[in-house]
Amino acid sequence: MQNQPHAAPLAAGKGLTMPKMLGVAAFLAFVFAAVPMFIAATGRWDFYYTLTSVALLSIGAAGVWLTFYIGRINIGQGAYALAGGYVSAVLITQAGVSFWLTLPLAGLFCALISVLIGLPILRLRGVYFAMVTLVLTEVARLTALALPVTNGAKGITSIPLPGGVSVFGITLIPDFATLQNPRQAFYFAAIGLMILVYVILWRIVNSRLGHLCRSLQQNEELSASIGVNTAWLRIMAYAISSFFGGVAGAMFVSISQSIYPSSFVVQDSVNFMLYCFLGGLGYVFGPMLGTLLLYFGWDLLSVAGKYQLLIYSGAMITLMLVLPNGVLSLFDRKGGGK
Amino acid sequence: MSPILEIRNVTKKFGGLTANNDISFDVAPGEILSVIGPNGAGKSTLFKQIAGFEKPTTGEVRFKGERISGLAPHRVARLGVVRTFQETTIFRSMTVRENVIVSHHLRSRASLLGYFLGTATARADEAEFARSADEIIDFLGLGAIRDELASNLPQGHLRALGMAIGLATQPQVILLDEPFAGMNHDETMRMVALVRRLRDERGVTVLLVEHDMPAVMKISDRIVCINFGEKIAEGSPAEIQANPRVIEAYLGSEDAAIGM
Repeated sequence: MQNQPHAAPLAAGKGLTMPKMLGVAAFLAFVFAAVPMFIAATGRWDFYYTLTSVALLSIGAAGVWLTFYIGRINIGQGAYALAGGYVSAVLITQAGVSFWLTLPLAGLFCALISVLIGLPILRLRGVYFAMVTLVLTEVARLTALALPVTNGAKGITSIPLPGGVSVFGITLIPDFATLQNPRQAFYFAAIGLMILVYVILWRIVNSRLGHLCRSLQQNEELSASIGVNTAWLRIMAYAISSFFGGVAGAMFVSISQSIYPSSFVVQDSVNFMLYCFLGGLGYVFGPMLGTLLLYFGWDLLSVAGKYQLLIYSGAMITLMLVLPNGVLSLFDRKGGGK
Repeated sequence: MSPILEIRNVTKKFGGLTANNDISFDVAPGEILSVIGPNGAGKSTLFKQIAGFEKPTTGEVRFKGERISGLAPHRVARLGVVRTFQETTIFRSMTVRENVIVSHHLRSRASLLGYFLGTATARADEAEFARSADEIIDFLGLGAIRDELASNLPQGHLRALGMAIGLATQPQVILLDEPFAGMNHDETMRMVALVRRLRDERGVTVLLVEHDMPAVMKISDRIVCINFGEKIAEGSPAEIQANPRVIEAYLGSEDAAIGM
């Protein structure tokens, strides 16, 4: 997955051309066959957990990227990840709802509250919007501490693993508790979810919907005067973004089987944004690559001991100076655009 | 003929400042009407109120008898009154063609979800927008630069692109904010011809704000002059040139300003 074989061809333009399809096929073969084989051969089972985290974080980052795409700096995805996680946890432990059903429900819940929050705050632009979203994560944490249903600082623990799903006696998803290797199952589930999210995102960006979002990003006034309902479009994009955040949060909770008010903090919100910056705001697959690079980059730098943060921050600053359009701009020979 | 646009006693106050004071005039269908006045006279404010970007403090704007002042800009645009911008506002990091295609929004029949799913209606829309965009681009003589990034264009082309964006919405009334600003004589004359064709070939009613007096005199059917937020004169170019209040408003540079 480190090579991101699909990234360059997919970044080049729209429409499914032959090299792109080959790239996608190579990517699928890599994540679903090569990675499991590599892990089985080396016995590094912990890689599953790492890659699962990357996949889930990149789902959240996909949402943040979409808000960037309409011209808003979103530093509040942690709030929705936390909210989604709690919705899933509460529904599973208190209402006995199947985890797989809580996944979309967590997303919908987040989309709904993001509409309520977005109505007033999406009028703000630039740094003002960014500041409000930054505060959102802290508000979400304090809310989780205060509400009775979230069980305060003790959080919700011992959440059962996802159960099985079967239709007409055919098992679609096995019960995770009966699996001898739930890590691998989570990996496949997370990767599947990530692919689904990025297919949706890719489709949004390359349909007329995406062009309207770009018009919003570049000039909201002009966008309104050509007849675009800008307020509605902003809310839509923000709701989809928060939906992704909620889904990612819910999936995280099922893996750690617990959630606390501090499960997602301001640092996570900032990270979601950094993943987008690093990968490239002009590229659909930017947040995916950004998440991978930053997540592994941080881990690899642990050899530097106490200098880890210093080197990491220095590298980030350098990257933003040298590659303001993100790492994916390296592959983009046209310069600019998707 | 009943007016297509009626400006009725429009007053706009920003705190203690009165930008427009009790301005009224009518615009007939198929007319080219210019609003002139010295800097800060309140012309742009008036335009913003017609296009829905500002709400009049009192008074109203009617389009075909229907009140449009106070509606959101996209609703006004939907009815057929579209504004282009003073500061050559365009979608900078799109190509000329993309700019025009995206501006066909008002004509879309598919829903946003339809575009996401790529339904037959959505695909038909997209094909139609592309065709219509090419037609508008050719009409405005932008064919040679259709795939150029908008941020790379020179001033004159930007102005034409702004007009193309406006045309893509199929307006009945187009508001042009200083279409000749910063242009040399040749460019201005080309633009004047273009605005005429807009009206003659496409039947669009044109309302424009402009400083370039020779161009205004050449192009306008009628002129409304405002000064310090108040309408001081209204009439044909010849009447405006002879109007003592207009001359007074431009005093000190009357010959140059009125261009005679």
